[in-house]
Amino acid sequence: MTYTLAAPVNEAMASASDTLIIAMIVAYAAALFLFAIEAAYGRRTSLKAGRLMPVAVGGREGGDTGADDAGIEVNVRSTEGEAKAPRSMMGRIALGVTVLGFALSVAQIVSRGLAAGRWPWGNMFEFIVALCLIAVGGLLFASFRYQARFLGAFVLVPVLVLLGIGVRWLYVDPGPLIPALHSYWVPIHVTALIIAGGAFMVSGVTGITYLVSHRAEARRALGEKVAGIAGRLPSPELLDRISHRFILFAFPLWTFGIIAGAIWADEAWGRFWGWDPKEVWSFISWVVYAAYLHARATGGWRGPKATWINVLGFATVMFNFFAVNYVFSGLHSYA
Amino acid sequence: MTTAQTGTATDDNAAEPSAPPRGLGVVGWARWAWRILTSMRTALILLFLLAVGAIPGSILPQNVVSVDEVTTYYQEHPELAPWLDRFFLFDVFSSPWYAAIYLLLFVSLAGCVLPRALAHARAVRARPVRTPRHLGRMPYAARFSTDAEPEAVLERARGVLKGYRIERYGDSLSSETGYLREAGNVLFHLALLGLLLALAAGAFFGYRGNMLVVEGDGFANTLPSYDAIYPGHWTDTDRLEPFTFHLDDFEASFIEDGDLRGQASSYVADLTYTESPEAEEERHRLEVNHPLTVDGVQVYLLGHGYAPEFVVRDAEGDVVFDQAVPFLYRETATFTSDGVVKVPDTGGEQLGFVGVFLPTAEENQAGELVSTYPGAENPAVTLQGYQGDLGMIDPQSVYQLNTEGMEELGESPALEVGDTWELPDGAGSITFSGVKEYVSLQSNRDGARLPALTAATLAVAGLLITLFVRPRRVWVRATRGADGRTGVEVAGLGKTEAAGDNAEFHELTTRLAGRLRADTGGATPDEKE
Ligand code: HEM
Repeated sequence: MTYTLAAPVNEAMASASDTLIIAMIVAYAAALFLFAIEAAYGRRTSLKAGRLMPVAVGGREGGDTGADDAGIEVNVRSTEGEAKAPRSMMGRIALGVTVLGFALSVAQIVSRGLAAGRWPWGNMFEFIVALCLIAVGGLLFASFRYQARFLGAFVLVPVLVLLGIGVRWLYVDPGPLIPALHSYWVPIHVTALIIAGGAFMVSGVTGITYLVSHRAEARRALGEKVAGIAGRLPSPELLDRISHRFILFAFPLWTFGIIAGAIWADEAWGRFWGWDPKEVWSFISWVVYAAYLHARATGGWRGPKATWINVLGFATVMFNFFAVNYVFSGLHSYA
Repeated sequence: MTTAQTGTATDDNAAEPSAPPRGLGVVGWARWAWRILTSMRTALILLFLLAVGAIPGSILPQNVVSVDEVTTYYQEHPELAPWLDRFFLFDVFSSPWYAAIYLLLFVSLAGCVLPRALAHARAVRARPVRTPRHLGRMPYAARFSTDAEPEAVLERARGVLKGYRIERYGDSLSSETGYLREAGNVLFHLALLGLLLALAAGAFFGYRGNMLVVEGDGFANTLPSYDAIYPGHWTDTDRLEPFTFHLDDFEASFIEDGDLRGQASSYVADLTYTESPEAEEERHRLEVNHPLTVDGVQVYLLGHGYAPEFVVRDAEGDVVFDQAVPFLYRETATFTSDGVVKVPDTGGEQLGFVGVFLPTAEENQAGELVSTYPGAENPAVTLQGYQGDLGMIDPQSVYQLNTEGMEELGESPALEVGDTWELPDGAGSITFSGVKEYVSLQSNRDGARLPALTAATLAVAGLLITLFVRPRRVWVRATRGADGRTGVEVAGLGKTEAAGDNAEFHELTTRLAGRLRADTGGATPDEKE
């Protein structure tokens, strides 16, 4: 029997990271407020044919044909439909504030890692912060790549809720890990699942927005007027596409994360798969997203039906991350 | 880009099972059933069932996870539990109904993917399709004119269509790329089948066992050495791998101060082992994530605990018992542990003790003795003594004392190491002589480990290919127009809904136009206008 002192915790770093987290939450809350203003009062304008639409093709508003400066006459039979979204100056500012919050989040995670002297997603609190980092990263990516900053008003909601829960109930001081987590497979496994989980979160929130927008569009097609934010949402095609994109990214990563987890379980517990509740639920999520991908390839299932499966998948992921730890007992005593 | 989807029409054929046949007899019905089973919609439903069926496996305790929890559940719900068991709800993942779901799914998968694999094999060898007459109807269509000869245009087009498989049809080229996607899809699905087979084989031929070894003791891999063993259906338990090992030393370290005081920081067990009776002795440092692999069997460190040592003397002062007795801990934060000492051979009446072990004993405010730390800083034991018949003729747990045929001797004071409790009525004495640690271990032979890992890796590779390779076709036609110039048509068809196909087609067109412009002396096509 020997005793070791706790790995020294760098106090300065620890308190810096605690300050950063508050700053980050304030930044996200401000950004959410501004995004919400854009969503509610921005003018619903057509998005420029950017990356989602073929470059220099069908450039004229609503037109499918055009001749570019090289004298090439182009005819694109189906553009991606016209994508509209509410835009205003507020959204730009909001995006800037989100970038700031993201930077604070990165700094928070780095300083916490330095404080504890290890990879900084080793307990539930750190896990939530990392998950939110990825979700916001996904939001920023979608904003710059797909002009989808309107998602901010939706993605930041669960982010703030989770951060709130994390700070209020799950906070623990930085410190070392329990022995079962001493394996390089752990950071690999957990990192993959956090990144995939963050992407699923963006996709799920986008999917919910899609469902509302799709209904609004259907009602508009019937000649009804759709009031409120529901009527001002971005075009459903665009939302569907973005949420699909994020799943294409997240699904293989989730698969890989499960495999990495199995390798770790094999090292730590002597079996690579033991149907412990955490494993069961990651399997359930995996199957649900596989069903989503199949649904999109099945006649009559694309659109809202497939998106419901996506939302269900998102629910299982969240349930797994947050509820399973508390509801069931298992070896994954991560909390 | 919904129209681009038409390229995947093959899947949708399978998605719509036709109406049941009328008057076709057995063969017709079988064929119809097969089409339903291998349809995409059935696959969807089966996937859902697979997910939903897994849920009770996480809510109810499972025998694969912990037999003890299932036993507890039986005690708490004596009415309900047998009913649940009737539906295999404590063994969801090995239940017939769950097996039915995944076996159907995998039959469906094979029936769906194998024909596709064959079709794909043919497609790979086939020439790209004939150029359609009306290229203008393709999702992407472009045209421009140039002074280059039609032959030169097609020659240039070949250079631009790098990575495409190209076929010449008259005045046009037909090209295709992205064959790998379909291959990736087939690879992914077949790898899943392989994974299932590997898991099944592993479960049938492997075994898993639990054992508990005290510091200084040894273990031989034979059936009776195990506390519990779970062999597969076809495992020959009389011929287990003949390895042995000896636990030389075990050390658990805990965090000493701060909020996390008492949290474990590392466990290390030093083993000396031999692979077979003839083999050399070797050493291994067993840690939580560092199992011992010997002769295809993995030995893992699952947990640890304390085994206080006791010396029992009879009334004459002769030693009748001298052993370390493993105690089970109640909670990891303090390692307060419970155990039973059974002394059958006293010469006279048998003795039994129920003990509580406190690794770091301290008095709390209420004056009770409690453990405040999991490390053995100040070990103490309190015992409840019994005398009479241990009832050891019937099989019983080593952690439970059957006091039916015994009378109480009273309770000992708190004993520190070296202390002796003189039993009342001259029944002898018991000395708490020291503390050892034990490890609980699991051995596991699962031949599926590597095949399963291989299959899973292939599945990920196939998945990445499926999701990110974009199959697409491009056609280029060059015809001489009435004005003596060459009209060039470029058309593209993406077979997936991936974004960026049109952008890429346009990029090909511009590159082709650019090269032709350079060929004809820099005159851009529109300078003629
Ligand atoms: C364990 C069960 C299964 C899993 C996890 C699974 C997973 C997947 C995934 C991830 C894809 C890629 C989807 C995409 O391209 O976007 C896919 C495609 C596909 N799967 Fe499965 N699959 C399973 C069972 C089946 C079964 C039973 C069938 C046959 C009925 C099937 C037929 C197909 C087909 C035809 C595609 C191609 C769809 C397309 O071209 O877009 N799969 N599957």
